[in-house]
Amino acid sequence: MSGHTPAPQSAPGREVVPADADRLLPERFENPGLPVHHARMGDTDPKAAKRAERQVATLFGISALGTLITLVVYFAVKFDTPMSFAEYMTRLRISTEGLGMGLFLALFGIGAGAVHWAKTLMPDEERVEERHLLRGSDADRDAAVTILKEGAAESGLGRRPLIRNSLIGALVLVPLPAVVLLRDLGPLPGDDLSTTMWTAGTRILTDPQGRPIKPADMQIGSIVHIVPEGLDKVPDYLEQKAKAAAILLRLDPADLDPKSQPGAYEGIVAYSKICTHMGCPVALYEQQTHHLLCPCHQSTFDVTQDCKVIFGPAKRPLPQLAITVDADGYLVAKHGFTQAVGPSFWERG
Amino acid sequence: MSTTARVAEDVGNFLDERVGASKGVKFLFRKIFPDHWSFMLGEVALYSFIILLLTGVFLTFFYVPSVGRTTYDGVYTPLAGQTVSEAYASTLRLSFDVRGGMLMRQIHHWSALIFVAAITVHMFRVFFTGAFRKPRELNWVIGTILALLAIVEGFAGYSLPDDLLSGTGLRIASSIILAVPVVGSYLSFFTFGGQFPGEAFIPRLYTVHVLVLPGIFLALITAHLILLVVQKHTQYPGPGRTNQNVVGYPLYPVYTAKAGGFFFIVFGVTALMGALFTINPVWMYGSYDPSPVTAGSQPDWYMGWLDGAVRLTPGLFEFTALGFTFSFNIIIPAMIVPGLITMAMLFYPWIEQWATGDRREHHLLDRPRNAPTRTGLGVMSITFYLLLLISGGNDIIASQLHLSINDITNTLRLLGLVLPPVAFVVTKRICLGLQRKDREKVLHGRETGTIYRTETGEFFEVHAPMDDVSRWKLVGYEPIRPLEPLPAYDEHGVRRHGSRLDGLRRRISRFYFEDRVEPVTPAELDAAHEEHEALPAHEEEERGAVTASTSTPVGGD
Repeated sequence: MSGHTPAPQSAPGREVVPADADRLLPERFENPGLPVHHARMGDTDPKAAKRAERQVATLFGISALGTLITLVVYFAVKFDTPMSFAEYMTRLRISTEGLGMGLFLALFGIGAGAVHWAKTLMPDEERVEERHLLRGSDADRDAAVTILKEGAAESGLGRRPLIRNSLIGALVLVPLPAVVLLRDLGPLPGDDLSTTMWTAGTRILTDPQGRPIKPADMQIGSIVHIVPEGLDKVPDYLEQKAKAAAILLRLDPADLDPKSQPGAYEGIVAYSKICTHMGCPVALYEQQTHHLLCPCHQSTFDVTQDCKVIFGPAKRPLPQLAITVDADGYLVAKHGFTQAVGPSFWERG
Repeated sequence: MSTTARVAEDVGNFLDERVGASKGVKFLFRKIFPDHWSFMLGEVALYSFIILLLTGVFLTFFYVPSVGRTTYDGVYTPLAGQTVSEAYASTLRLSFDVRGGMLMRQIHHWSALIFVAAITVHMFRVFFTGAFRKPRELNWVIGTILALLAIVEGFAGYSLPDDLLSGTGLRIASSIILAVPVVGSYLSFFTFGGQFPGEAFIPRLYTVHVLVLPGIFLALITAHLILLVVQKHTQYPGPGRTNQNVVGYPLYPVYTAKAGGFFFIVFGVTALMGALFTINPVWMYGSYDPSPVTAGSQPDWYMGWLDGAVRLTPGLFEFTALGFTFSFNIIIPAMIVPGLITMAMLFYPWIEQWATGDRREHHLLDRPRNAPTRTGLGVMSITFYLLLLISGGNDIIASQLHLSINDITNTLRLLGLVLPPVAFVVTKRICLGLQRKDREKVLHGRETGTIYRTETGEFFEVHAPMDDVSRWKLVGYEPIRPLEPLPAYDEHGVRRHGSRLDGLRRRISRFYFEDRVEPVTPAELDAAHEEHEALPAHEEEERGAVTASTSTPVGGD
């Protein structure tokens, strides 16, 4: 026994009467049985019952009214005449709210009426049903075992191991076509996860305007979302953009990490915008601290430390895109990304 | 005979002679179901599912499961002329151009949220009352699978409009697949039909959302309900309720009206929510594009705990070895933690059964306080879950309260490790305290507020004894004691087979049942009464209660 069980109270200094052997108390309390049923108003007073009946009917009537409201709103709120956008939105709101509130009355009326009916007018005296053990009787179980054994014997599975083993073999093999048939769900990854559209000399365009950028367009502290030129011409636009999207920032060159200097141009640096954690666009830039924040899981990258992770669930820094200017003075990629962008995967290494 | 009666007879006869309907009526219609408000939670889940089917079918008439590019030219002019996907354009069309479409979409989305919420709270009820015990373990397993599939189905559903928010969610899903060791990139390419986002995924997801998962739901819900009828519903303990009976009202007509009516109430309230509260305004986010994103991205509430787990796991868990990347910063929160939670849920009934050594059927529910360790474990799990859910909104908390996101995240990391065990201990202690309070009440009666003063100047309050019916609620449970150790060696000094496992089993059993408060026995009550009688002025009040069992003394325990 544990110390948490209070011992029965004993009264010190009181004379204990010896126990009467014939009148031992039971070990545990006994179930007192169902409490007395109390009649409701409606059970005894016909007027109360009549009142409840009227209440139920009123609720059903409210439901019918709700149905009517729904139908009226559907046909009365018109969208087919020319109108301003604001007017259209107002009518849409009236239609949605009107239809919905009508439906609410139509459905809730039926529900509330039925429940009220059951609670006030249907019998509320509790009834008792016996439970039976779920397991079958011993005779039933014996009979079932006999049937199973007989069937197994009739099939001869035990006596003919050749049939049994060949059946097991066939059943093991038969799902293979299902697996093979799924092969064409998609192509193999190849190097798709490691390559982007950026190559040496790819011109940098703003996203979504699609303008080329000259270094003079970039103020210190500015940030531009960029994509490679030609992105809008490729058939797999979204797939390419999902890898190639990047950001262009200009900092005081003195603030940049020496590691990012070779790929920078007069303090302008480009980094992949795809989070190395789960691929969300790292789009929130804190100009004062030079931090880039991913809005999905709050990984924070420090641009002045070559986009190293300084907080959050990401591990790897955002890959840098080395940039330079072309003959026309526009910013271009010096070469493609030197490592896979975006979230980690097994063979990334 | 009236016309109605004649028609009823004809219909009944027709059905009986063809499908033997009379047997079904006899078996089912007068079945007794117990009544309690908490039994309604599962009903809410069931009815939400029906609402989802009805509104979902309406949505399929207008939704186009394709990411083919199209130029939006519908009535929502802020997006006019934009290149969007067919899925997105059709979602806008069914919201803005189809009369009642907006309402249907919003009812569908609201009832999806209610569906998962109702399942969750229903599971809490089943867990804390011990309704999962034998013979209902299988229904607990089915329910757990349904709960997990409901989350998947919800995620699939809100990903279909192909808007910016849901597309970002899909990108996260693809990154989780990529993080699977060895085969991640292959799995991702097979799932998405190539590189993310690809054109294959939305149509595939549509099939999963409207055919595969609803089919599985229908099958599992049917099994869930059949088992409910076969095993009969559990009931709360109380006077007249035993493990061998079921006390309540018949299915027909009482529950036909109550439960049937309740379906309409749930539907009505969901319709009202769909009418009045905007949900998932995809037109504000735009069509999916991998580059932009909105600050404060939040999934639907039931995904929040997974998102929170991902947010809390620091990046240092990722490492490279032998030229391969091990992304444990994703594997732990997105695979290992949910996997362990799922396993713990699926196997819980057998874990507890092992600790009690109890193989009997249980049809009477436990009051949560009478199972302190189980209740503690449940609150511990809920605490952990809620902390993860809160973590899923750490950015919202930071921006709303102007706090540092780093401080919040670090605090939540710490709390995630510390608070659940604390919640366990505190809950268990509260349960034991409540049990002691019950004992006090049974032994000494209810405080009446009437104060007496004796001639000697002593004050005392009169306690009214409890009647049989209200006392039964407090004493009518079974004390469970830890399993007694079996000797590890038999009489020949040979180590008994399985004795090592026995040690573990006894430790678990002690963990569950060592701290306990046992219900008052008649002998204890009797002793308490005698003690009261020793006080002179008390006599009057106590006489009534002890007449049935006067002055039988008790010699210790």
